[in-house]
Amino acid sequence: MADLHIPDALLVKNYVQGNENALATLIKRHESKIYGFIYSKISDRDISNDIFQDTFIKVIKTLKSNSYNEEGKFLPWVMRISHNLIVDHFRKTKKMPMYRETEEFSIFSVMSDDTLTIENKMIFDQVEVDLKKIIEELPEDQKEVLVMRMYQDMSFKEISELTGVSINTALGRMRYALMNLRKIIDKHQIILTN
Amino acid sequence: MAKIYSKKALASKILKPKKEVVSFLLNYSQALTVVKIDDKNFEIIAN
Repeated sequence: MADLHIPDALLVKNYVQGNENALATLIKRHESKIYGFIYSKISDRDISNDIFQDTFIKVIKTLKSNSYNEEGKFLPWVMRISHNLIVDHFRKTKKMPMYRETEEFSIFSVMSDDTLTIENKMIFDQVEVDLKKIIEELPEDQKEVLVMRMYQDMSFKEISELTGVSINTALGRMRYALMNLRKIIDKHQIILTN
Repeated sequence: MAKIYSKKALASKILKPKKEVVSFLLNYSQALTVVKIDDKNFEIIAN
């Protein structure tokens, strides 16, 4: 109890002079404040214990190497150390993992570029043009259903209402349209792939 | 005996580090000696 009346500055001085019990008193006096501060930021008991430990390791090293100067007060100084360690912890956990190119690992094995190359884009455009030309060859009723379904994204219900035929007829026309497209493609040996 | 229905407020809970952590720090402090030679600090840990 008598220790409670000894100011921090004197305890620090005693500790620097070799009195190990002074450190025990300082820790006992401030442990709940410092640990509570760390826990309020980290919300994890184990990590808070680690940071508390690292904080005091720094305190011990600084005091033992006589690098501490009593400019401010002991507790704010320790709090500042723990604050810096908390910031370091968040930096470490939130940092993006860095990948380096090695013989076994290439960054391009996990990254890909989905955009078409100039050549592929030209082929794609050509396929579109060819397909439109083939569709023009279809009978008018089939062409109408196919264009409405594929290019205007209409449902068969909407198509049937618009063309004045039943849904089944619209479905049938679509089926024939696709069959006829395949026939034309096969007949003329057209390649519609990218 | 009267039953206490009220719960302890969370704020009143005193948080403390593990005893093992404090014990480690005190042992570490006892084992550590820092020797300053010129501008360099040498840390010696006694077993």
